[in-house]
Amino acid sequence: MILSWKTGGILLGAVFFAAVLLVKPVGVSTQFVIFDGILWDAVDDTAVVASKDAKSGYASPNAYLNKSGGKYAKNVANPWNYSFVFVLAVMGGAALSALLRGGVSREERVAPAIWRANFGDAAWKRQVAVFAAGFIVLYGARMAGGCTSGHMMSGMMQTALSAYIFTAGVFLAAVPAAILTYRKEG
Amino acid sequence: MTTLILAIVIGGAFGFVLDRIGATNPNLIIGMLRLSNLHLMKTIFLAIGTASVLLYAGLMLGLVDPGHLDVKDAYWGVFIGGVLLGLGFAVSGYCPGTGLAAAATGRWDGVVFVLGGLLGAGAYMATYAWVKSTGVLDHVLGGKATLGTLSGTNYPAVLDGVSGEWVGLALGVAFIAAAAVLPARPGGSAD
Repeated sequence: MILSWKTGGILLGAVFFAAVLLVKPVGVSTQFVIFDGILWDAVDDTAVVASKDAKSGYASPNAYLNKSGGKYAKNVANPWNYSFVFVLAVMGGAALSALLRGGVSREERVAPAIWRANFGDAAWKRQVAVFAAGFIVLYGARMAGGCTSGHMMSGMMQTALSAYIFTAGVFLAAVPAAILTYRKEG
Repeated sequence: MTTLILAIVIGGAFGFVLDRIGATNPNLIIGMLRLSNLHLMKTIFLAIGTASVLLYAGLMLGLVDPGHLDVKDAYWGVFIGGVLLGLGFAVSGYCPGTGLAAAATGRWDGVVFVLGGLLGAGAYMATYAWVKSTGVLDHVLGGKATLGTLSGTNYPAVLDGVSGEWVGLALGVAFIAAAAVLPARPGGSAD
């Protein structure tokens, strides 16, 4: 069911190349901020406002949305742009693939086998852990300025210095953390 | 409009392939991070290698517009952020892209991961001014640096004067070789 490393690697490499050939390297984590901004803007009109002084034409009272001439503020105001639609399409593509291969089993949907082997079947434990993990993953990704897609895959493809710094940080933390957290393979 | 069609086609292909290589499956991600099952690492190394060879060959032949490159800034926060991401990546088996993709395949813990991620991204928005004030976002080694000099770009090079295209091509070949020699099962254990 899972592609061999040869077929899978060439297909994934072709996607990375197609992205940079046609538009720009792949990236995901910025869109979490854009989505937060859209939610904020939906409940508060002052979250993002049109501004003649800003380079992008939009400004925000939030320093992060307002940085680099308000480029994130602009994307919040106009979410139907390449990067945001790209991330929605990633979800669509994954959903289609899962549908065609018969979906994910009931137990796996709650928690992966390796989690159940180490921590049991209680769904709430897995949910508390992944919620906290999601929080630090995205906090870290935004501090780093990118995630596994943008910094690691796209960055190493471009021989970016930042990609090697990022990858060193990720694996120095993730390998011991994974070994200590999961004693049994499942 | 063309841009949005490209977003749908490239993004859709990326999500589809992520699922087919097993990257939406936390068992395989965690297996890779605890170095017991390197199938996914072999796949990813081959992907980076393949993309690099195509990219630098394309740049040298003038088929790829160097303006499409998008190199990110280097600063100490990249390392700290990488450590934070690594910890959450190890516990959950998800990174931002694969978490979204896994949520879309019906994994409920993927949905919860994404909700935690939206809160984490919001927390970064709220604390950005403070993080910036600590100086960890100040550029190091020229900021958007690449290893060698890439023609048609203004990125500073770590190895000034060395052809970035040839460095990239060589690294691409090295990634492909590493993908081939890495054992899928370092401990020799079966599933």
